Amino acid sequence: MHQLTIAEIIRGLRDRQFSSVEITSHLLERIQQLDSQFNSFITVTGEQAIQQAAAADARLAQGNAPALCGVPIAHKDIFCTNGVRTSCASKMLDNFVPPYDATVVDNFLQAGAVSLGKTNMDEFAMGSSNESSYYGAVKNPWDVERIPGGSSGGSAAAVAAQLVPATTASDTGGSIRQPAAMTGTTGLKPTYGRVSRWGMIAFASSLDQGGPIARTAEDAALMLSVMAGPDTKDSTCLDRPTQDYTANLNESISGLKIGVPSEYFGEGLDSEVGARVQEALKEYEKLGAELVEISLPHSKLAVPAYYVIAPAEASANLSRFDGVRYGYRCENPADLRDLYMRSRGEGFGEEVKRRILVGSYALSAGYYDAYYNKAQQVRRLIKQDFVDAFQKVDVIMGPTAPNPAFKLGEKNADPVAMYLEDIYTIATNLAGLPGMSIPCGFAHGLPVGLQLIGNYLDEARMLNIAHQFQQASDWHQKIAPAAQ
Amino acid sequence: MAVDAQTVEKLAELARIAISKETIDDVSSRLGDVLQLVDQLQAVNTDGVEPMAHPLDEVQVLRRDQVTEPNRREEFLALAPQTEAGLYLVPKVID
Repeated sequence: MHQLTIAEIIRGLRDRQFSSVEITSHLLERIQQLDSQFNSFITVTGEQAIQQAAAADARLAQGNAPALCGVPIAHKDIFCTNGVRTSCASKMLDNFVPPYDATVVDNFLQAGAVSLGKTNMDEFAMGSSNESSYYGAVKNPWDVERIPGGSSGGSAAAVAAQLVPATTASDTGGSIRQPAAMTGTTGLKPTYGRVSRWGMIAFASSLDQGGPIARTAEDAALMLSVMAGPDTKDSTCLDRPTQDYTANLNESISGLKIGVPSEYFGEGLDSEVGARVQEALKEYEKLGAELVEISLPHSKLAVPAYYVIAPAEASANLSRFDGVRYGYRCENPADLRDLYMRSRGEGFGEEVKRRILVGSYALSAGYYDAYYNKAQQVRRLIKQDFVDAFQKVDVIMGPTAPNPAFKLGEKNADPVAMYLEDIYTIATNLAGLPGMSIPCGFAHGLPVGLQLIGNYLDEARMLNIAHQFQQASDWHQKIAPAAQ
Repeated sequence: MAVDAQTVEKLAELARIAISKETIDDVSSRLGDVLQLVDQLQAVNTDGVEPMAHPLDEVQVLRRDQVTEPNRREEFLALAPQTEAGLYLVPKVID
């Protein structure tokens, strides 16, 4: 039953082939048996899941079930869940039990989905390897000595290990797409503001965006249909109507113009990864698409601009963790200053502290114009590259990440080397565009992701383009050895 | 670009994050690496480029100033490390 996609589970539940309680129990058992190898969950909410599943079965029997009624999913531990500990993988929030649900979590409850628990991640979503979690690193189901990518490494590993068919995740600089690439799963980062950020613990507010990780583009479309939409509780959430993202999946992509940016195939790209991406592009040509060489001349500046903007916004956002209103407080503070300094010094991990310090530097007196303002100007240049490209093409494609999954510990000593793993995904966040990663083969025996970048609010078309590839290929159906 | 220990101490004070004396050299060198990376921006000509605050150049949405949330004071206070008489407790600020 664990091999089933969400689309198949929906059909199975409606045709009474199995009940929600049955599939939910089955997956909970799998988590219990297998997840000690991967560490993809921080919290498993078994009892609550069975209750939700039983309620879903009752609704299914009545015949008025909502879209994902009885379908098991899991939430990245960045989304607040009413009554369930939401840690953001930090010691700072190890004891934090929110009294409310994030809008995304509420949307899934309204849709009848069953939550199995909360998935592991890099602390406060800051990382590309899922090694900065307070609860320990997540291991890649394709090779447990390797990282699953980050920051949504738990969400991706849980899907790849077939512990759950799909998960929620978030993406600030590649945190959905890069782990999807590393684990052979399908990840979608929507247009900035398409999915509400309310109740999603903030990292860099002008970049953060929630989205799904699933096994197929069709499942990602089903998930996004639940997640997306306006929200009066998030003033940056776009006030534009949402849609059924599965409606266009089967349209032909004949005549599609695919932009291939030369900057995404240069120095630093693993040759086998590059070869798999080129093969995927050839497959698209067979499906009737036309490849158009394009240039995104400011690509090289994306990582430097990001490492000003994201830390600056993080330093402001994470100032709320002060040891006073919630979260970790140090023992026996001497005075208020000591309480702040030690609660934050002890409650945050190394990478989080590093980014807060960088952000404080960029925002400090005399440096604001030289760093934050400059980065925001460069950000517009990066966006303009994409605007120009979309005059000529319908979608942009390239590799999701320059390398397949690396070994645990390999890049820990060098933050800048780790940052460069997101070299192809970061520009999309800076521009606010939607992006996807879909499996397109293997390099050195490990999964490779093909990245799709769509125009603003063009998620339905991007999903259609991804779905057509998955109809013609079976890379997304390959199963990680440890999941068998 | 090197960051000296004094700068790190100043940043730690601004950010209210205690950094132990033993780790300060390590933090300085790693911060230096990151600042060297972001210094690539300085070479870019951005004359006349409007800084980008929102990808779709949306403006802040306004709403009526109406109460929409119920008062859940007790639930929120229950999350705090220390409270008394409906207030958050911190170490004494004024002698």
